[in-house]
Amino acid sequence: MAEPTKIRAQLTTSGPTGASNGVPTGSPNSALVRILMNHDMETGLRSDASGKTIPARFIQTVAIRHLEKTVMTLHFGPAISKNPFFQFTLRNARAGEKISVQWTDNRGETRSDEAIIA
Amino acid sequence: MPSRREALSSSARLATLLSLAGLMPSLALSREGAYGAAFEAHSLAELTRALGVQAPIESREMLLQAPDMAENGSAVQLTASTTAGGIKRLLLLVEKNPNLLAALIELSDAVEPSVTTRVKMQQSSRVFAVGLTLDGRCLFAQKEVKVTLGGCAA
Repeated sequence: MAEPTKIRAQLTTSGPTGASNGVPTGSPNSALVRILMNHDMETGLRSDASGKTIPARFIQTVAIRHLEKTVMTLHFGPAISKNPFFQFTLRNARAGEKISVQWTDNRGETRSDEAIIA
Repeated sequence: MPSRREALSSSARLATLLSLAGLMPSLALSREGAYGAAFEAHSLAELTRALGVQAPIESREMLLQAPDMAENGSAVQLTASTTAGGIKRLLLLVEKNPNLLAALIELSDAVEPSVTTRVKMQQSSRVFAVGLTLDGRCLFAQKEVKVTLGGCAA
């Protein structure tokens, strides 16, 4: 069973009070989203101690949703590092809104996790 | 002279035999549509052909942030971004990896056209950030990254 994906989404343009830069609390802002997926990302090019090839196993697609709408779709090859890290900036984000990340690997295993924008 | 029907069925039989013999790519590993071929590409020309886009043009509107030197090739952080309008997809490529394409990201209006991730690098190589527009334009930026310890074993 795959371990959970760590997701952190933080508003970038307003302070903790929401009004430090003159932006009223609750108005849309940008949010910096950082994602850390838990996956071995085997390339299929490595061998184990006995010389047997370790079969490829890597995340192929990642769907990122904000308010139930897909905002970004990632397609990975096996060259993405173990425990993939991904960072982007979401527009029109508000504190309290939900962001979800669902990955699927080349064996069909899938995992979905969510976080609340802070 | 075999009929079309016979020819088709014998080629299907051959494909089955080849896949049983392990000579055809396993279905479990296949990827849908054009991206399957894109992830198999070994050169920029093969990649643009697989994606059906125009010849790549080096552009100052594409930005690539990468270290000059990476001590550990198993996790090299790359950032691709663009100031050009209308970029719908961002790609990260490592020239000297077994397969060129590391990641392909489909953007939307809800996100900034800037992404950061970490890739494995087998050896010192040029890396590319590529941006594709809806009308098939292909812009890129490149940078040489020196790798002290290859990430093949990671």
